[in-house]
Amino acid sequence: MNEELLKIENLTTSFRIGDDYYAAVDHVSLAVKKNEILAIVGESGSGKSALAFSVMGLHTRAKTEGQIYYKGQDIVNLPPSKLNKLRGKEMGMIFQDPLSALNPLMIIGDQIEEILLLHNPKLSSKERKAKAIDLLQKVGIPRPEHTYTQYPHQLSGGMRQRVIIAIAIANEPSLLIADEPTTALDVTIQLQILDLIRKLKNDINAGIILITHDLGVVAEMADRVAVMYAGQIVEIADIYSLISNARHPYTRSLLNSIPASNEKQEKLHVIQGIVPSLKNLPRKGCRFKARIPWIDESAHEENPQMHEVAPGHFVRCTCYKGFHFPDHN
Amino acid sequence: MWKVIVRRFFVMVPQVVLLSILVFLLAKSMPGDALTGMIDPSIDPAALEAQREKLGLNNPWYIQYWDWITKAVQGDLGQSFRFKMPVTDLIGQRLLNTVWLSVATLLLTYMIAIPLGIISGRYNDTWKDRLITGYTYFGFAAPLFIFGLLMLWVFGFTLNWFPTGGSVEPGLAKGSFAYAVSKFYHLLLPAMSMALIATVTTVQYLRSEIIDTKQREFILTARAKGASESRVYNRHILRNSLLPIAALSGYEITGLIGGSIFIESIFSYPGMGQLFISSIMIRDFSVVTALVLLYGIASILGALLSDIILSIVDPRIRIQ
Repeated sequence: MNEELLKIENLTTSFRIGDDYYAAVDHVSLAVKKNEILAIVGESGSGKSALAFSVMGLHTRAKTEGQIYYKGQDIVNLPPSKLNKLRGKEMGMIFQDPLSALNPLMIIGDQIEEILLLHNPKLSSKERKAKAIDLLQKVGIPRPEHTYTQYPHQLSGGMRQRVIIAIAIANEPSLLIADEPTTALDVTIQLQILDLIRKLKNDINAGIILITHDLGVVAEMADRVAVMYAGQIVEIADIYSLISNARHPYTRSLLNSIPASNEKQEKLHVIQGIVPSLKNLPRKGCRFKARIPWIDESAHEENPQMHEVAPGHFVRCTCYKGFHFPDHN
Repeated sequence: MWKVIVRRFFVMVPQVVLLSILVFLLAKSMPGDALTGMIDPSIDPAALEAQREKLGLNNPWYIQYWDWITKAVQGDLGQSFRFKMPVTDLIGQRLLNTVWLSVATLLLTYMIAIPLGIISGRYNDTWKDRLITGYTYFGFAAPLFIFGLLMLWVFGFTLNWFPTGGSVEPGLAKGSFAYAVSKFYHLLLPAMSMALIATVTTVQYLRSEIIDTKQREFILTARAKGASESRVYNRHILRNSLLPIAALSGYEITGLIGGSIFIESIFSYPGMGQLFISSIMIRDFSVVTALVLLYGIASILGALLSDIILSIVDPRIRIQ
């Protein structure tokens, strides 16, 4: 049960801007176990999607350094032919925008059958069709035979996301990466999709990386949480420790910026500033420093490291000690 | 599907009617008439006037138009002054030549454009792409009539690889194999000249479509499925990129008409374009009017064809 499915060590993914490479993912290390949901949380631009794309090898123009072990095998810079045997079979991915993640010119049935065909060429076309309809049923599409013949534009966003999930789980992958699977959906549909993902996790016993910026989703779904800021993991812990005992100033700010439904807050906490762009990232020191200017310079580490504050609970930089929110006067 | 086509066809009717009125009025507004050029200038003006009255040239324009259009619909487009034969027969001979030339040009255009566009789009910003893009800039910049002359001079006169005029070797029996080969042989150089220039628009179009489609999210889905790069290109990127190209193919016909007017004159290829230019030169009005009308109808049909093709290839377009 506790077997490590995916182990990422010192992963750095950099993009070329002009003549230089800039790291969107900067020395990230983490692990995902079987039958576990690891949530990766962060603002837009924090590098969480870039991290997921690195695992799937989907970057076309990026430099990837470090190691990604999938079931013990390093898959960074794996030749495409070998990578393609893993993608879609061992690893599935659910994309963010269901409106654009399906080929507009292919019927739903063909798009599901493509992934079956690629990894299981022995199936007859009849078996493939039966399997595709079965998958559509599994993800809760009411009239699978009918949907099978439809084009993406004939389906609603929620239905399309279900189709994308059907594709991702078609070959029962051991690792499922869900990149903001509910961001583009209505709140009611969001819940259904999350329920579906949780149910499927139990069905196929997969490890799941759930990428989101929605802490509500995290609290609902995750077993463990990694918080990313500006390409680095700043805090990683199991869900209970993270919600009840968040330590890093960024995590605490995130948690504090959720409006509480049961009490009337005077003023919502807002994290000042924005995530610095890739080009303007501070390369030295604590990257969150600029957004908590009221904290004394000396609280930060010169070269921020991960500190284990409790078993399995790590926090980057010493600035978490004695952190406080500014007084609103 | 059929409903759409039939409906579009009916929309076409008023367009054609309007076009015919416009063509007729423009022809009428040209100075002179059928009796100005053809007749001995020393003849009595009163006799001319009587002739005009008899021919209906003094009637109001709508009556003249009605006379003309009712005959045109029955296939009688009047007499050519120059050839002294019915315009319908005159055009009929050349129409087929122009159709062959256009079909050959269209085929060559796509045979050049599709591979070049794919290479250019797939390997964008590499030396292959730069080479192809360089060619397209040359194509955009080079005027067709200069390029045609150059081709004629190099491959026709200097190298003697191709015939320099006509549509077939004289003295061959119609319908024989040698006749067909000769026809094809005569087509090649003019069609190639036109295709090499006309294709650059399609190359550029396809290139930017592929670069665009490459970055769409469903391409990531295809890669995440474990599809090989060639499958991603053939199954996903190419189909989506060819869509607008297919849609434009009908309009391509309109472009060919303009092109064939130059090319047929340069290669003295007996098609409608050559006839058009020479008829304008000597004011063979009935021929010019008939040709402008035909060209206009061809353009409208081209647009219709584009709509039909698009509604077949793109499932998102099912016009209600």
